[in-house]
This record gives sequence, structure tokens and C-alpha cells, in this order.
Amino acid sequence: MTQTPGMARSGRRSPWGVGIYRRPSWFLYILPALAVYVAFMAFPLLSSLKLSFYSGSGFTLDTFVGFDNYVRLFADADVAPRFWGAFGNTWVFFFVHMLVQNTLGLMFALILSDKRLRGAGFFRTVIFIPTTLAIVVTGFLWKLMLDPNFGPINLLLDRVGLGALALPWLGLEETTLPIISLVSSWQWVGIPTMIFTAALQSIPEDYFEAAQIDGASGWQVTRLIKLPIIVPMMGVVGVLTFTGNFNAFDVVYSMAGANGAPNYAADILGTYFYRTGIAGKHPVGIPDMGLGAAIATVTFVTLLAGVMVIRRLTMGRK
Amino acid sequence: MPRVNDGGSARRRLRASRMGSYLVLCAWAVVVLVPLYLMIVNSFKSTSDIFMSPFSFPKNPVFDGFRMVFEEGHFLLYLFNSVLITVLAIVGVMLLAALASYALVYWDVRLARAVSLFFLLGLMIPMRIASINLIIMLKGMGLLDKLLGLLPIYLAMGMPMGVMILTEYFRTIPRELVQAAYIDGAGSFRIFRSVMLPLARPAMATVAIFNLVTIWNDLWFPLILIRSEGQRTLMLGVTRLFGQFQTDWTSVLATLTLATAPILALYLLLSRQFIEGLTAGAIKE
Repeated sequence: MTQTPGMARSGRRSPWGVGIYRRPSWFLYILPALAVYVAFMAFPLLSSLKLSFYSGSGFTLDTFVGFDNYVRLFADADVAPRFWGAFGNTWVFFFVHMLVQNTLGLMFALILSDKRLRGAGFFRTVIFIPTTLAIVVTGFLWKLMLDPNFGPINLLLDRVGLGALALPWLGLEETTLPIISLVSSWQWVGIPTMIFTAALQSIPEDYFEAAQIDGASGWQVTRLIKLPIIVPMMGVVGVLTFTGNFNAFDVVYSMAGANGAPNYAADILGTYFYRTGIAGKHPVGIPDMGLGAAIATVTFVTLLAGVMVIRRLTMGRK
Repeated sequence: MPRVNDGGSARRRLRASRMGSYLVLCAWAVVVLVPLYLMIVNSFKSTSDIFMSPFSFPKNPVFDGFRMVFEEGHFLLYLFNSVLITVLAIVGVMLLAALASYALVYWDVRLARAVSLFFLLGLMIPMRIASINLIIMLKGMGLLDKLLGLLPIYLAMGMPMGVMILTEYFRTIPRELVQAAYIDGAGSFRIFRSVMLPLARPAMATVAIFNLVTIWNDLWFPLILIRSEGQRTLMLGVTRLFGQFQTDWTSVLATLTLATAPILALYLLLSRQFIEGLTAGAIKE
């Protein structure tokens, strides 16, 4: 950018002489998209952050209260336990995805990227099916599957003599959040699978041939050729998993309700935000929008910080 | 002699590991397909049949569930609303994003680069964070509890990804093509319509598929913005019907089957494009 902009410019606009590329009228093409984007994304986002410093009744937030909403969120005896509970549960939710969804995804990718594997196309299609389903549909379907009285899963466990495992999976405080996280991993495993597969398939075939000639073992090939490609992709997948899960709502809402039942064991930031800022607490039903905006802001800041940390960790290696 | 041995054991090891591969893949295929099989098959059984033998094929299929969904629930209304809002939003995103991307690629000033970056920022930020203010805004505009109130939100939501995919694609189109058209006397809009748009079809497909799946499957915005029965989208309707039918599993499963069928059918037809579109949309940055 510093070196001779005139040169670059004249190089670009040749052979026309007149700079059609520099006419201001180009802006008219951008305007509609930019207007919608600013009015309905950038502006409401910033305003929502601002509203976290306000309080009021119903839809009018007109009293500036400083950090009051945050103080309540972090320390108020009625509010804080719910917030910290949801915050911690969101981390659990995220870590199950990292562990199960991304490990499975990597494993599937290592298998599927083998070009001599027959039926790879079929399995790829199957692995990706749940990713195209609506999250609500996935949630409801698994809720029925896991039904303690009539669900096919417990029926099956009973039939094969594992009746002791036929638990009310979504009714116990210890199991409900892990189970919901597993269902969500079932749905989204297709994404890491495809990202890793694409990365692995970008390795030129002659690397493998050379390794074979040199007598490299399967493990050596994985470690020396495949891993260096995979590690940077782990950063991408990690960021995706983080943003996707700190923003989650539907799967908990459909499987455990807006309260993350039982006893808020599955309550995550998404459901807590919905109850507090939008639906309003039962039975009053009046939302506390200022507090809701504070929850959204905390989510937003956590997201940004998390993304930066993951980036730093995986980029630092290069 | 040791060489032969080595080759043999290596091959054996290879075969064993391939067996392992198939075992893993088949096991996962069962985990994916069985719930879907159960959903579809049991929507054709009576509730008592479902509870007695959920895994069997329906011996005498019943259609009560589907009848309930259409007669008792307003399924067709929900479906119509979802189709309407999804089509409008996809067409809108494609059009606005294509226009903007065209200018962002060819408009050679610093401002254009800044605007590109500004759009890219939106990729990392989930739109839900803005919910509180969106509710207040839509209420002010009289669009709260209106199906069409979702439209500007979906347009804004689709814009960063649409602009990213399309600018990337337009950059691969040789400038000579545009210059040739310009020399032939075509104006910049004419070039857009007759050169860029036809060439951008594959990238447009990616944008369309990504938005199709996200908007069709979206629950959040309908849930927080819409209350009236007549304005509900399909997924909001599904949550309602799930509550309404409760223990009537036949009807519940029929609801889920019907809500899933359109996208699932499209996916099976165009699975390669779906996988590409959704993965590209997920990676974004």
C-alpha cells in the first residue's frame, strides 16, 4: 500500500483510460446490502450492548443504571446463581462437543479420506444427514427415543438384559446435560468431518507414495504427513465449536424446556437469556430486557475472548 | 524372504485396518439412521403399536397421525409461511449480496475494502446477541408478530456469508471478460446481469443452500418475535404441535416426519452441494 499507488492504479485501469473502476456510482450497488446489514445487524447489536446499562419496564428501557445489571447478574442472591449455573453448563456443553463431536469427526475424516475406501460417498452422505435437520426436530426426536416409559432406547436396553441402564436419562440432574450435548454432537459431527476430510484430501497423493517407498508405517504417515495439515484445521474447528455452542438454545429448549429441567441442570446461556430477557420469568411473564441485554453482552464478550484464545493457541504453532 | 513376509503382514495389517474402518462407519450409520427410521416408520403405526414394537415395519399402516396434523394442527398454514419467508429471504440475500459483491470486487477504492471487512466481521457474530434491540425495533416498526418482520432479519443474517462467498467467486472471474464487455459498450449493470450473474451460478447455489437450511430450520427468531397462530413458521408450529399432541406419538412423529421431509429429500438429491454449502457457511472466516 505504501509503494507508488499511482503505478498500481494505472496498471489496474488500463486499457480503458477512464477509471470505470473508480466511479462513485459503484456505491449504489453496495447500498441496499449495506443498509439492511447496518440497520438490522450492526446497529441492533451495538444498541443491545448499550441497553445492558439501562433499565425500565417492558419495551422502554429509559433509565441509565450504569453497571447495575452486571452487578445483579454476577452477585445478586436471586439472579447470580442462575447465571453462574448457566455459564458453567455452557462450558460443559462446549467441552462435550470438543471431546466427542470433534474426535469422532477427525476419526471419520481419517477413514473417509482414504481414496481406496469403497462406499465413502454413501457414508459421507449418512454422516451429514443430521446436520441438515432442524435442531428442534432432532431434539424432539431424541426426547422421544429417550422417553423413560415408552422410548425405544430403554426398551432395547431392557430386551438385551441391560435393564439396569434403562434410566430416565433426561430426568436425572447428572445425565441430562451430557445426554443433550451428545445429541447435539450427533447432529453436528458432519461439519468437522467435512472440514478435516477436505484438508486431508488436499495432501498430494505422491507424498503417500513417497512414504510408502520409504517404508513408513501407517502411524508414521499419520503423524508426519497428516497431522501437520490437521492441526491448523483444529483451530478452525475449535472456533466453530465454540461460537456454535456458546450461542446454542434450540436443542436444550426442545429436550429440557426453557428452564433446562430438571432443576436447571441443563440450563445454558441461551435458555437463560431467553427466559430473562425475552419470555419473562414464570408466572409473571414480564421480561427484564436490561438484564437480558447484559447476558447477551457477557455472551458476546466471552465469544470474542474465546475465539482469540483459540486462535492464539493454534496459530502460535506456525 | 523377510521382504515377502513384510509385504504379507503389511497387507494383512492394511486389510485389518480397513475392516476396522468399515466397522466404525457402519456402527455410526446405524446410530444416524435408526432414529430416522423409527421416526418415519412409527408415524404410520397406532400409538399402542409404537409402544409394543417400535422397531418393526408397520403391518397395517395407519394414516391417523398425518390426518391429525393436517386437520387438527394448521400444518399447511405453517408450511406456507415457511416457504414464503424462506423463498423471499433467499432471493433477497442472493440479489443484494451479488450486487454488493460485484461492486466490492471491481470498485477500486479504499472504502470498498473497508466495507468488505465490515461485512466479514458479521461472520463471527451470532445475530442472536442483537435480539433484545431487534424486538424493540420491530415493535416500533409495527412488524412485531408479523411473518414479514422476519425478512429484514434473515436478509441481514445472510449478508456476511453471501458477500464473502460471492466476492471470493467474482475474484476468480477474469477481468478481461468484464473489459471485453465494457469495450463492446455494455454498462456496468448490463455487465452484472449478462456476464457476472450467469457465471456466478455455482456460488449462488452455495449461498441459496446455506440460507435455505438455516432459515427453514430457524426456531429462535420466530419464537421471540411471533405469537399469532396465523404468522407462525413451520418450526414454531412444530413446537406447538409437539406440545398439543404430547402422548399421541403417532401424530407427533407424523409432524416431525413432515417437517423434515422437504429438506431431507432435497439433501438426498443434492447431497454434494448441501455438504459444500453448509460446510462453507460454517467455516465462514
